[in-house]
Amino acid sequence: MYGVLILLGLGWLAVYNIIQPLADWIAYGALNLGRGSHLGDAVSFFLYDVPKILLLLSGMIFLISILRTFFSPDRTRSLLGGKRQGIGNVLAAMLGIVTPFCSCSAVPLFIGFVESGIPLGVTFSFLIAAPTINEVAVVMLFGLFGWKVAGLYILSGLIIAILAGTIIGRLKLERYVEDFVWKMQAATGGLQEKLTWANRIQRAGETVKDIVSKTWLYVVVGIAVGAGIHGYVPEAALASIMGKQAWWSVPAAVLLGVPLYSNAAGVIPIVSALMEKGASLGTVLAFMMSVVGLSLPETIILRRVLKPQLIAVFIGTVALAIMIIGYLFNLVL
Amino acid sequence: MITIKVLGSGCANCKKLEAVTRKVVESLGIEADIVHVTEMAEIMKYPILSTPGLVVEEKLVSAGRIPGEAEIAAWLKA
Repeated sequence: MYGVLILLGLGWLAVYNIIQPLADWIAYGALNLGRGSHLGDAVSFFLYDVPKILLLLSGMIFLISILRTFFSPDRTRSLLGGKRQGIGNVLAAMLGIVTPFCSCSAVPLFIGFVESGIPLGVTFSFLIAAPTINEVAVVMLFGLFGWKVAGLYILSGLIIAILAGTIIGRLKLERYVEDFVWKMQAATGGLQEKLTWANRIQRAGETVKDIVSKTWLYVVVGIAVGAGIHGYVPEAALASIMGKQAWWSVPAAVLLGVPLYSNAAGVIPIVSALMEKGASLGTVLAFMMSVVGLSLPETIILRRVLKPQLIAVFIGTVALAIMIIGYLFNLVL
Repeated sequence: MITIKVLGSGCANCKKLEAVTRKVVESLGIEADIVHVTEMAEIMKYPILSTPGLVVEEKLVSAGRIPGEAEIAAWLKA
């Protein structure tokens, strides 16, 4: 098993290193498209980025999934137990990155957390960080923008989750949680599993298969649109509407992003191409965070345990925090 | 006759888990009563934080993922 893993790793490295020359060769050599021509640039961009992103996704999701087998939601809950506001919010946001989470489990997780006495604001810090700092988004940002932007994205996600969770905690909104949640007798103790390394590797492999099979089409379509923008839209065309000077671009990006539920895989390649054409980083980050972190399906799921007032506060504070981050980046960078 | 419960409020993964479980039960030729529990109060009676969950004879054996057929078979035979 370990031999297979090492071979896979070496194969991965070899393929990763030949895709750029191969893409150039196909676009400019085999297809005889001119270097610097619109079509040639778009084709070589597409042929390079699709295999690169798919390789990065499978390789990095595998490593992240191995890490995540060490952090179950049960473990996160016991780590957060007894933590107060403040430290609790920071810890919850950080655990949101490494704990495996699917928005379809938001309800049992919410009930399990608040039932065990974790403060509402701390629970929200987790529920905001977990979907926002999403592994696919981070890997794609790393692949298309580099590690600095990926790092900034993680940092902003943490700040937003801590900030919004702290505000929600201070507002004392417990009465806007549906009453049945407090009356419910939730079992505790969790699933006692002892995982071997073979189990961890096998589960990480399953996660990679699951994620790649769900996202590859978005990656291909997103990069195709991005490649078109890369090849055909003139430089700086977007500076006036998505650049730093346009103050309204950050709220507009958030307003556009919230109802637009797409996965990160489709949005990030398009956004990366937009940035080349003059869109500013703060605006772009605000857009991505609101697409990924404030999704309509998750909000609808949470409505089962939260009264409308609390849903409104939740969306409002997260949107506000995203805008602050967007303006901050536009100002600083 | 054993009792198997699939915990989860109708998400895609829960339906997939139910289908895989049915397939394993059939191929093993076990007599089993498979219940899909969607009521949140019922689900939370088991120590579960992420769905889908699988319960065999009132014991939670898996949570938050779709186990492989071989894994499910091992739980059913135990």
